[in-house]
Amino acid sequence: MAIAMAAPRRLKMKADPSGVLTGTHFIDGDHACCEGALAAGARFAAGYPITPSTEVVERFASRVPTVGGTFIQMEDELAASIALQGAVWGGAKAFTVTSGPGFSLMMEHIGYAAMTETPCVFVDVQRGGPSTGLPTLPAQADMMQARWGSHGDYQIIALCPNSPQECFDLTIRAFNFAEEFRVPVMFMMDEVVGHMTEKVVIPPAEQIEVTPRRHTRSLASAYLPYATNGDLVPEIAHAGEGYKFHVTGLTHDERGYPNMTPQVQQKLINRLHNKIASAADRITLYEEEQIDNADVIVISYGITSRVAQRAIEMARARGIKTGKFRLITAWPFPEKQVRDLASRAKALIVPELNLGQMVREVERAAAGKCRVVSVSHAGGGVHRPDDILSAILEATR
Amino acid sequence: MSALNPVEPFLRSDRIPHIWCPGCGIGTTVNCFARALIESKVDLNSVAVVSGIGCTGRVAGYVKLDSFHTTHGRAIPFATGLKLANPNLNVIVYSGDGDLSAIGGNHLIHAARRNIDLKVICVNNLTYAMTGGQTAPTTPEHAITATSPYGTFEPAFNLPHLLDASGAVYVARWTTFHVRQLARAMQEIFKKKGFGFIEVLSPCPTLYQRRNKMGDGLDTMKFYKEKSKVRHGAPTSEVGLTLNGEIIVGKFVDRDRPDYASLMRAQYVEALGDRYVDCSLSRECCEDESACSDEACSEFETTPGKETVCN
Repeated sequence: MAIAMAAPRRLKMKADPSGVLTGTHFIDGDHACCEGALAAGARFAAGYPITPSTEVVERFASRVPTVGGTFIQMEDELAASIALQGAVWGGAKAFTVTSGPGFSLMMEHIGYAAMTETPCVFVDVQRGGPSTGLPTLPAQADMMQARWGSHGDYQIIALCPNSPQECFDLTIRAFNFAEEFRVPVMFMMDEVVGHMTEKVVIPPAEQIEVTPRRHTRSLASAYLPYATNGDLVPEIAHAGEGYKFHVTGLTHDERGYPNMTPQVQQKLINRLHNKIASAADRITLYEEEQIDNADVIVISYGITSRVAQRAIEMARARGIKTGKFRLITAWPFPEKQVRDLASRAKALIVPELNLGQMVREVERAAAGKCRVVSVSHAGGGVHRPDDILSAILEATR
Repeated sequence: MSALNPVEPFLRSDRIPHIWCPGCGIGTTVNCFARALIESKVDLNSVAVVSGIGCTGRVAGYVKLDSFHTTHGRAIPFATGLKLANPNLNVIVYSGDGDLSAIGGNHLIHAARRNIDLKVICVNNLTYAMTGGQTAPTTPEHAITATSPYGTFEPAFNLPHLLDASGAVYVARWTTFHVRQLARAMQEIFKKKGFGFIEVLSPCPTLYQRRNKMGDGLDTMKFYKEKSKVRHGAPTSEVGLTLNGEIIVGKFVDRDRPDYASLMRAQYVEALGDRYVDCSLSRECCEDESACSDEACSEFETTPGKETVCN
């Protein structure tokens, strides 16, 4: 057996100041995301140019040589999405950045990261699809792909910022979650959030908490790469440290060796699922406002939450008790919270820049306890607040 | 207890028996690899093996080294990230012809173009063996395969020519008959900085040789012996393979040009001067050596003066 540490490591560290651009900035969401990654300790990025995400890695390419790290532009998104994982096993914190068409190509390696428990971050600045779609215009239509896009059963974490400030703050959270749970984290921006310019405050490094890698303290001779202790997340070793470990995308046992039996599959896949599912309370971040006596609650995320805010205020001005619930964590879906909302309100209104993706989760959690109304939009722009207001008025009629 | 086989310390003996068929040449190449490691006296803690998918893709699972069995075709980009994150590693990509030159073909030529410091051992059995012997980009014209039951008619890749044109600094071809030459070539690429590529022709008696009535593993050794001609420095455009024709083997390319990391460093130094932080991620940046004395310490996470995971 590996040396079992009595309690899972929860040690936090302060950010390395070399990567933290402390100050007040006027920058867009893409650039803020890059600064968040640097503050979180990311020192490796692999990318492939794609609108509207490229500014993230352009900034990284400019910044990282003076911070100490590497950017490489790979030959395609397949390569970028696996090069970053090589870097993780070499000891770096690493990420890649893309948009819909590239995200589709990366699915293979989101599955590999989930299976091999490689901590890493995939940023998807969503644009209109399917296929080449609307390269320069927003959508939120990759939300289900983020959850289910690679084959097989696995869990990921997905976060949805709605401002450049959150692009900074939540990118750090994304890296921290990736390290804590050894899971790929999807950072689900959209074209508008990526390209809108706002004030972004970057605090001093000592005020930024980063989660260190769950590095093993076991001796090489006793190290079992996929053995866990209590909290379902194994401890990692890096190449070159003498552990001589094996990593495979095949179903594997605690030694990391391929073992393709139904028994090992059961154990492994359930653990990969449960390590996230059992921690959902800690992972699900959300914002709520005036939900206590609400007749109608608008559930939204990303840029749509900014538009919904206007509709909510318009409804309140008309005397309608309107609550707001914003998904910051999309996956794992905040099921418990939405179930609770469904038991309070007459209707849940779900505007999103797709033809109905997260609304399915809302319906599932609501389980018929109240009406669930989708306010869909095919993307290419954002909702008109009036469209959301109409749905609110309609639901209270 | 019988005497220890000299290569045994390099193998995960708890994973033996392996999955390879009788007469398969992959095990022979692994034996050469282990011998090359012994001879080159390289620090085994610094060696990482990265494989893709397929019969040769399983090599990573049998060598007692840090080893990664990645996805189909993606061993090279994974290895690229690994090498850039930790330049002290000796990263070996060990995979098959289909994995490296078909699904991974784009990565292969771009890594050679960049001259990433990777050592690629490409075991070429002329077919997709793991999936039942289908046509590969390397299958010689007219050969029978599971997906070319009337004979292949696609022209095949001449891998040394492809890698030569793409910029590899070392390109050689041997067969599993040439075990000494192969082990020596492996030693040479371990020492050589930059993108090195060794193509090893290897029998697949179960699928390729059987379908093409070329006998078993031993017959293939005889075939290799009869058909092989050593021509070091042969123009790579002339070393293409045919179904029954001669097999040109030898070291075709051995040249020097700066590798990716050297070029990167030079460019940044020129452009940024003192502002460039030449920190191969963590290792040289870890100023607080005392905090990193624990061999299991995650050096990258060490912030000087701060509490670290190794405390």
